[in-house]
Amino acid sequence: MLQQLGHLPMGWLLIALIAVFASIAFFAGRVRAERILLSGEQSLHSRPNYHGYFVAMWALVPAVLVALAYAIGAEGISRNQLVSELPPAFDLLSDAEMKTYLDSVAQAALAREDTGTDLVFTAVTHRYLEIRGSLNIGALALMVIGALGGLIFSRRRLGTSFRARSLVERGMETVLFLCAAVAIATTVGIVTSLLYESIQFFRAVPIWDFLFGTRWNAQTEAEFGALPLFFGTFTIALIAMLVAAPIGLFSAIYLSEYAGPKARGWIKPILEILAGIPTVVYGFFALLVVAPAVRGLAIWINETLINIGLTTEPLLAAQPTSALAAGLVMGIMVIPFVSSLSDDVINAVPQTLRDGAYALGATKSETVRNVVVPAALPGIIAALLLAVSRAIGETMIVVMAAGKSARISMDPTSDLTTITVQIVSLMTGETGFDDPKTLSAFALGLVLFAVTLLFNVIALRVVQKYREKYD
Amino acid sequence: MDTDHTPQAAGTVTPPTADALPAAAPRIDCRDINVFYGPTQAIHNVSLSFPDRAVTALIGPSGCGKSTFLRCLNRMNDTIESCRVDGQILMDGQNINDHSIDAVLLRSRVGMVFQKPNPFPKSIFDNIAYGPRIHGLASSREDLDAIVEKSLRRAGLWEEVKDRLQAPGTSLSGGQQQRLCIARAIAVRPEVILMDEPCSALDPVATARIEELIDELRKRYCIVIVTHSMQQAARVSQRTAFFHLGNLIEMGETEQIFTNPREKRTEDYITGRFG
Ligand SMILES: Nc1ncnc2c1ncn2[C@@H]1O[C@H](COP(=O)(O)OP(=O)(O)O)[C@@H](O)[C@H]1O
Ligand SMILES: [Mg+2]
Repeated sequence: MLQQLGHLPMGWLLIALIAVFASIAFFAGRVRAERILLSGEQSLHSRPNYHGYFVAMWALVPAVLVALAYAIGAEGISRNQLVSELPPAFDLLSDAEMKTYLDSVAQAALAREDTGTDLVFTAVTHRYLEIRGSLNIGALALMVIGALGGLIFSRRRLGTSFRARSLVERGMETVLFLCAAVAIATTVGIVTSLLYESIQFFRAVPIWDFLFGTRWNAQTEAEFGALPLFFGTFTIALIAMLVAAPIGLFSAIYLSEYAGPKARGWIKPILEILAGIPTVVYGFFALLVVAPAVRGLAIWINETLINIGLTTEPLLAAQPTSALAAGLVMGIMVIPFVSSLSDDVINAVPQTLRDGAYALGATKSETVRNVVVPAALPGIIAALLLAVSRAIGETMIVVMAAGKSARISMDPTSDLTTITVQIVSLMTGETGFDDPKTLSAFALGLVLFAVTLLFNVIALRVVQKYREKYD
Repeated sequence: MDTDHTPQAAGTVTPPTADALPAAAPRIDCRDINVFYGPTQAIHNVSLSFPDRAVTALIGPSGCGKSTFLRCLNRMNDTIESCRVDGQILMDGQNINDHSIDAVLLRSRVGMVFQKPNPFPKSIFDNIAYGPRIHGLASSREDLDAIVEKSLRRAGLWEEVKDRLQAPGTSLSGGQQQRLCIARAIAVRPEVILMDEPCSALDPVATARIEELIDELRKRYCIVIVTHSMQQAARVSQRTAFFHLGNLIEMGETEQIFTNPREKRTEDYITGRFG
């Protein structure tokens, strides 16, 4: 009997019960409020529906709590119980072996494959099911008691002057706050774990060596000088911004100041499409098209220089993947970030400023250069900063087209590696959690996070200041 | 107020007309102006002239086309895509609507001050210096300094800002900003100054200062001012034109318009029966 209960579809049952109790409680509350309304000559403080919501809230909270507790704790509790009942022979199993064994028990129980030939296994599975069954019954009972208790308790409180509406409003506020809190808690959790693991790493490798060491060889030799990675990251971001800043800004100026509604109507969507291309597509475009082109160009330059006798050795590295290729494509990728935000801020420059310049006899380009762009400058700077932080954090393009050599080289046709590329290669493949190799990825992640956060915060500040000025 | 421009007593048998004015050759002479925004006509057949060294006020209910007409005088309507202006506007015998006239040059001769003060996001000095710079009016730094000082003095702002010329223009108060904009317009040595409700965003004290200033500027420039305040029109202008629904209803000496309007609609508007 208990074994059968172990098979109950608890997820569905709990959700259905919650729904049923919520509806019952709602009607119980509303009906009671309506009765009060009909019987007395006094009017209610809140509409009957609010009394319904109030009672439903009270039934929901314990029910949901029970369901959450069940979802989080049921498996662990039943396994602990099972382990404590196992015969002493099982003590020989190591923790990992025990976990595997329990996994297969749970698997077999779930799939109703408990009638195998291994009698011990079958017995354990049955016991597991019995434990689950009693837990299930317990959870259902607890939920019914909790929900009914909440219902009865709250229904008693209803009355003519009862402020159900205010309490429901406060309940709604709490729910919304909890949702926001989940997002915040997640962020805090991620940052904490980044910090924690980084500190572990800095115990093994001094932070100074990490930040300013020039030799990075995490995979084979445990050398953790990340300077070449920072160098590669900023070089590629710089190349990207050299492409994206002028093109993005000028296209924003064209769009907002020169283009008629027609041109605007098709250019804007195209820029938005550019923003929607998956970065992995940019990545193979960089690898297959741009990198070979950069290489070909570099080889040509080398040969020309040797032919005219300026150099005897090849000047450029001309490698198959290069910082320049990755940077160029990344630049194209971030154009829309620059152009669309710049377009917004330029549009927000009041028309009266333009009129003022025109009325002085300024030409269109003078007006744009001397009045519109300076007025929008803070916003444009913010757009550029956001684009930079986007470029620094970008991964796919550099993984595919930037290369893996950690070096500091001024030659843009040589391959450089970035923070993100190294994180990817540290995290893929065989990893142990306590390895400095794995931990170094957290330290790199922390640096990346700090830098992009800084850029974003500055950008947001600047935009805020700008808004205040023109509101 | 100067008496040169005030007409003879308004109660004479024949009310004074535009032709009877002392300024024989008007600074600007508009003939049969029609303005269209796309298919809708905003100004119907307006003929109107503006004397030099005098203030002409354009009054009328909101939406009657005062701003639209004013903006014809420096071709600001060119900046509006859908706007089309027909008719002749003569300045020095030349039609400014003619294609051979460069709107950019025209606007250096016809300055404009807007409803809301709109200083550029630059220092006070650079706000004034901007016009002279783009038109090459100053040959040296001293020249430019002199122009800036003179313009600020004429706009009655010099004493207040001479110690902080490098402060941003937006740091001034609303009234000071508007005088800055007037100084900015003066700095390019215009012959005509257009003002579109220059005081509507200002408090009464700042308004009074601007009105004094306008009276002062009248000695040098031809001034056209749009205003929704009839008291202001009566205080600062010598001549007044009343617009209604895109038509010029009546034009004459300010005193005559306010004391003895010829048209019923003018009288109704002035006595506050509509608008
Ligand atoms: N940019 C524009 N596009 C279309 N119609 C306009 C534009 N500006 C003004 N109008 C119309 O022209 C008429 C006159 O407007 P305006 O000259 O601003 O009046 P006023 O300054 O006397 O209040 C109004 O009916 C207004 O709706
Ligand atoms: Mg207007």
